[in-house]
Amino acid sequence: MSKKDILTFDGGIHPVSDGKALSCNAPITAAPLLDKYRVLLSENVGKLPKPVVKAGDLVKKYQLIAEADGFVSANLHSPTSGKVTGIVDVPGPMGTLIPAIEIEADGQDEPCEPMPAIDWHKADVKELLKRTADAGLVGMGGAAFPTHVKLSPPPDKTIDTLILNGAECEPYLTADHRLMLEQPERVLEGAAISAKILNVKNVYIGVEANKIDAIEALGRRAAEFGIKVATLKVQYPQGSEKQLIMAITGRKVPTGGLPMDAGCVVQNVGTAAAMTDAVCRGIPLVERVTTITGEVVKNPGNWLLKIGTPVIKAIEFAGGVTAEPGKLILGGPMMGFAQKSFEVPVAKNTSGILLLPVELSMNYGSTGCIRCGRCVEGCPMNLIPCLLGNAVEAERFDLAAQNHVMDCLECGSCAYVCPAHRPLVQHMRRAKAEIRKRKK
Amino acid sequence: MNTVVLIAVVLMAVLGLALGVVIGWFAKLFRVETDSRVELVTELLPGANCGGCGKAGCSDFAKSVVAGENPPSKCPVSSSEQISAIAMALGIDAGESFQQRAVVCCGGDMEQTKRLLNYNGVLDCVSASLVAGGPKGCSYGCLGMGTCAHHCPFGAIEMINNLAVVHRELCVGCGNCVAACPRGVIKLVPADADVHIYCNSPAKGAAKKQVCNVPCIGCRKCAKFAPDKFTVNGFLAAVNYQAEAFPTAEDVSAVGCPTGALLTVEEHLKIEQNEPEWSAGKK
Repeated sequence: MSKKDILTFDGGIHPVSDGKALSCNAPITAAPLLDKYRVLLSENVGKLPKPVVKAGDLVKKYQLIAEADGFVSANLHSPTSGKVTGIVDVPGPMGTLIPAIEIEADGQDEPCEPMPAIDWHKADVKELLKRTADAGLVGMGGAAFPTHVKLSPPPDKTIDTLILNGAECEPYLTADHRLMLEQPERVLEGAAISAKILNVKNVYIGVEANKIDAIEALGRRAAEFGIKVATLKVQYPQGSEKQLIMAITGRKVPTGGLPMDAGCVVQNVGTAAAMTDAVCRGIPLVERVTTITGEVVKNPGNWLLKIGTPVIKAIEFAGGVTAEPGKLILGGPMMGFAQKSFEVPVAKNTSGILLLPVELSMNYGSTGCIRCGRCVEGCPMNLIPCLLGNAVEAERFDLAAQNHVMDCLECGSCAYVCPAHRPLVQHMRRAKAEIRKRKK
Repeated sequence: MNTVVLIAVVLMAVLGLALGVVIGWFAKLFRVETDSRVELVTELLPGANCGGCGKAGCSDFAKSVVAGENPPSKCPVSSSEQISAIAMALGIDAGESFQQRAVVCCGGDMEQTKRLLNYNGVLDCVSASLVAGGPKGCSYGCLGMGTCAHHCPFGAIEMINNLAVVHRELCVGCGNCVAACPRGVIKLVPADADVHIYCNSPAKGAAKKQVCNVPCIGCRKCAKFAPDKFTVNGFLAAVNYQAEAFPTAEDVSAVGCPTGALLTVEEHLKIEQNEPEWSAGKK
């Protein structure tokens, strides 16, 4: 492979140690059955679904337990068979208490009658979209945006490219890597179904060059589904939608716009795999591959976890911890969310459970900007993070808005490279929160 | 030599005179009509530019007073004498004066409320509230990083052991802290109310007790003692600020709040001097 074939975008960083070696060779293992699951009603995007079960109801695995409320919302299904013990408030991934349906497992894990399988080659788009919504599919990469909404763009936007996101640029995470390596046909078939729904011919699957085995596994089967495998440079944040579109198609998403403004739809590989299950086997989304990793985890690995598994139990599957963890993060170390409770349940978008050791989660203090410009070079959105940081420190949020702070991805490249250790991402997040508050 | 000096002096004098005439003429030509009353009212206002009246600053407020949009009493900083001076100068009605003070409805300082997250980011409450909803075990209480104190133009808020407390004698009730607090834990209350419920969490009593020593658990003891002075909404009691009479320090000791969420303003200032389990001694 020549250097020219490896695609990338401008800016970004190269993390020195990506921590993927901890778990990238661990095959996906199905997690043992627990006696209690708490399925969060909340998703990051959209309205909360309405529960359709009440305390005392007996449910089977795959049974609908909460119904989408409105278009931008997603169904929830029971991860196992058992009894609903009620709707309880549990700590959510963002630190607030959110309602969850608590299910006491009966140990049988007995599935209900599955939805009929659909032959997607013959089925029409409406039927496929309905199944996507019925199966409760959401984006499994991070934002948990309902997939049926993503796949039905407004009629005034022309979509000509579907990009499957298998970049997995976040350090430590290997869930998508293992999924592509072990079940390439599930990923590819899901991509082909999505392409049919969108009626596009150009389908790419973007994978970073550090996952050569996954690229080969996908490459062997990709042609029969009409999908092109794009090898991407190992560079963070390669897996961000806008950067991925830039790397693969060379198009730029306009400021404040969405991928569909550049004629693209980007979908996570996990979502594509779930799409195959939903359409070809009639199985709704109740489990996902999650990486449980970190230097203090005894046996880091990739697990097939049921939605609603408490994080503390998931860590026990991986053998527990070898030392006192400094921080618990859901997602990767760059863009994941720090947690204050180990009781938070695994949701449809929990791609990783990361336990960082104390020495990696310490604050070494920050000093003033030395005007080296490394953050400017690193910013994948071509912003000037040092200037934005100064504006926030002076509480000049108007100045930050003028300098496009709202385009910030919060990818953390600027803070990672800053030799003065300035907490730039946190400043950006504050600016965005303040600007949103003022717009209201 | 003398002639040179003479020429210079005469030249400068003539030049100065000519330019002075030009400037004077222009000043008359482009004179901006200002209302002398606005200047007068601005002089009489305290000049704190705190924004408590809802205007951009004191001179903006003066304009609105002269225009009759706001009564002089809308200024929270001025004393009643200053307000009547403004009203007298303009020959208008001073308006109903309603003095308010800020109160931080939380008693959870470093000892009283658990910290669940090892937060080591920016020391600012808005930033901290964006990381896992804040490091504190309670999602509704004071985060204790001093954003309100930083925004107070009068220096009325002191951070004691990571809890914001309001010095009532300095507070004017401008509301800058209320706008700055991401948790909404600061409230404006009538200035002569001495007793408040120092808890802001609507969570269930048992959940609050797990993370905090001094929550209001909604036991209704205060509401039973004086139903007109206290109201209980769910698991959170509140002082009825619409009532005829506010609760007094005697009422606080008579109620005997089992958790110590019911305090006088003075007691709240001294909260950090109490033992962590201080509520036990009060029973």
